[in-house]
Amino acid sequence: MLRNLKPAIISAVVVVILSGLLMGVRLSQQGTSLVLVGGGADVAVKIGAAALFLFLFNLFRDHLARLWHKVPALPRTPAAFSVLAARPSTQRLLWCFLIAAALIWPFLSNRSNIDLATLVLIYVMLGLGLNIVVGLAGLLDLGYVGFYAVGAYTYALLALYFGVGFWTGLVAAGAMAALFGFLLGFPVLRLRGDYLAIVTLGFGEIIRILLNNFTSLTNGPNGIGSIPKPDLFGLEFSRRASEGAQTFHEFFGIAFNSVHRVMFLYFLALLLVLITLLVINRLLRMPVGRAWEALREDEVACRSLGINPTAVKLNAFTIGATFAGFAGCFFAARQGFISPESFTFIESAIILAIVVLGGMGSQLGVILAAIIMTLLPEMARQFDEYRMLLFGLLMVLMMIWRPQGLLPMKRPHLELKT
Amino acid sequence: MPDSFYYLLQQLLNGLTVGSTYALIAIGYTMVYGIIGMINFAHGEVYMIGSYITFIVLAALALLGIESLPLLIIGALVVSMVVTSAYGYSIERVAYRPLRGGNRLIPLISAIGMSIFLQNLVRIAQGSRDVAMPNLVRGGIDIGPTTGFHATLSYMQIVIFVVTLISMTLLTLFITRSRMGRACRACAEDLKMTNLLGINTNAIIAITFIIGAALAAVAGVLLGMYYGVINPYIGFMAGLKAFTAAVLGGIGSIPGAVLGGLLLGVAEALTAGYFSAEYKDVVAFSVLILVLLFRPSGILGRPEVGKV
Repeated sequence: MLRNLKPAIISAVVVVILSGLLMGVRLSQQGTSLVLVGGGADVAVKIGAAALFLFLFNLFRDHLARLWHKVPALPRTPAAFSVLAARPSTQRLLWCFLIAAALIWPFLSNRSNIDLATLVLIYVMLGLGLNIVVGLAGLLDLGYVGFYAVGAYTYALLALYFGVGFWTGLVAAGAMAALFGFLLGFPVLRLRGDYLAIVTLGFGEIIRILLNNFTSLTNGPNGIGSIPKPDLFGLEFSRRASEGAQTFHEFFGIAFNSVHRVMFLYFLALLLVLITLLVINRLLRMPVGRAWEALREDEVACRSLGINPTAVKLNAFTIGATFAGFAGCFFAARQGFISPESFTFIESAIILAIVVLGGMGSQLGVILAAIIMTLLPEMARQFDEYRMLLFGLLMVLMMIWRPQGLLPMKRPHLELKT
Repeated sequence: MPDSFYYLLQQLLNGLTVGSTYALIAIGYTMVYGIIGMINFAHGEVYMIGSYITFIVLAALALLGIESLPLLIIGALVVSMVVTSAYGYSIERVAYRPLRGGNRLIPLISAIGMSIFLQNLVRIAQGSRDVAMPNLVRGGIDIGPTTGFHATLSYMQIVIFVVTLISMTLLTLFITRSRMGRACRACAEDLKMTNLLGINTNAIIAITFIIGAALAAVAGVLLGMYYGVINPYIGFMAGLKAFTAAVLGGIGSIPGAVLGGLLLGVAEALTAGYFSAEYKDVVAFSVLILVLLFRPSGILGRPEVGKV
């Protein structure tokens, strides 16, 4: 116990230094001069309590560790169950169940929940796209939101200047984002992991700054409004049809209901997510998908087996960017308004957190994490101020305790038993 | 001398001023990278915290009625260096030490989380609005004709140059002359071997984070007083720029970080002066991308040898 006295005192002192000035007093602007406002007794008590807690924790850490060992471990999942869960037929059943639930659910729910679910689906799509780059190919991309912005602005600008519809815009947005991904990826993918992260981060910021300052084209920070909503084979979801078009409720002879559009957007997002899943799952079974994962595991081995690392990385980067472009186009159509504000670094960090939280490479994990990351802040509205704080903390703790994520990617495999 | 010459001189002076503070932050990146080969993503936030502590100390000293300028600057420097050192140490303990030795991307992600955490901690504790402070060091030396256009070297700029020079001299003395500095250099050479030779490498890594954080605090004090306005979001951009400076000079090399910082500062000032102030951030990123493309080892760095 005495052995731990020194680190215990140090940790308590460090806590006081960390928080004493920064949290104990508050700067406040009064006219042109700056004055200090004391945080009050409760802040001092909180800091003291934190310091005391860390002091005691470090002092008795050996005892705590011994106690921890005595706590009976949670019963492990039986081996038969995990084998069953990893079996492809079970997984297929699970997927069918998920899709069926997603299809039936909007009919049982209300408008705002469907809207929220659409948002979740956008994040699922972004997460799946980034999952290719980060989870499968092992390239840390911190500027993913740049491609999302490219997709959104491509559709918005095409609609604004050329009156292009949603479906054409979707293709154009995907193609444009892919082009950007290709052009950026071409030079930077030779770089090592952490350099790549910073360069992509810089790229995302450049896109945002350009959108902000290129006022003549993008309308700068004011953004672009009245972006046309998607239609169903020419059928519009509005009360009255525009020139030479027909509305959905007239065509089917039902009463107009604004929920129809919300549901249509939901199903559209679901369709896009399903297409994304299908494409990625096919790709994963193709040589290129195998090469992504092989490259993530060992670049030198790949090289010696005749795989061109740059080409494979470029593939992953471009395909990942394409899905961000699709998501961006859908986002622009759903919101009807976009501005550079929606495409900040924090958005990239949230998408990255979805991939990391779900388990890099795992698609079920990404879906689960997208749901958690979108629903939690909605549920904890009263903690809104602390949302980003907790988010940062979660990212650190996740990396320390469970870097493989909530649902790590599993492959059915056989092990040799000796 | 024509006006354009004085205009250029003014831009160069401004660039060197800001560049020397970039250099101070860049040293933190380069030292950490030199020893553990990782980017300390939360370093920019340490600079931001340094600026906040500076403002708090200056406001507190003003409350006590102290008006002597050297005392104010030294007080701000000492307190913010102590506090940011504690932050540097804690960042290393929480976000880096438990993750050392695994996949390189994992500490980077945890550092991003740390950066978001610190930014929001300050936002909640101090509010998200800009905090402004009146200029403490007023006046300057005019260079050129007394009438018409001339360049001005403000006293604050002189303070920045002097303080930067002193801190860099102290750092150089520490690295080259002291026992601990020698241990730092040994760690940068070969971490495992240094450990085998009986040097506590954990302590040396912690020291590196602390020194980097203290230098970032110096930059925080100087830039905070120079600009006079801070908010919780300044760390992100400053961190990125300092990282660019470190890469430009050759990451892992301390003279390189200084050179890179000065070059980047000048490049930014020239862009702002001759082109448009809005695009000065784009310049930093473009420089970063171009350097990584054509000379990834930087100006003074050693080319990296791939190890299996």
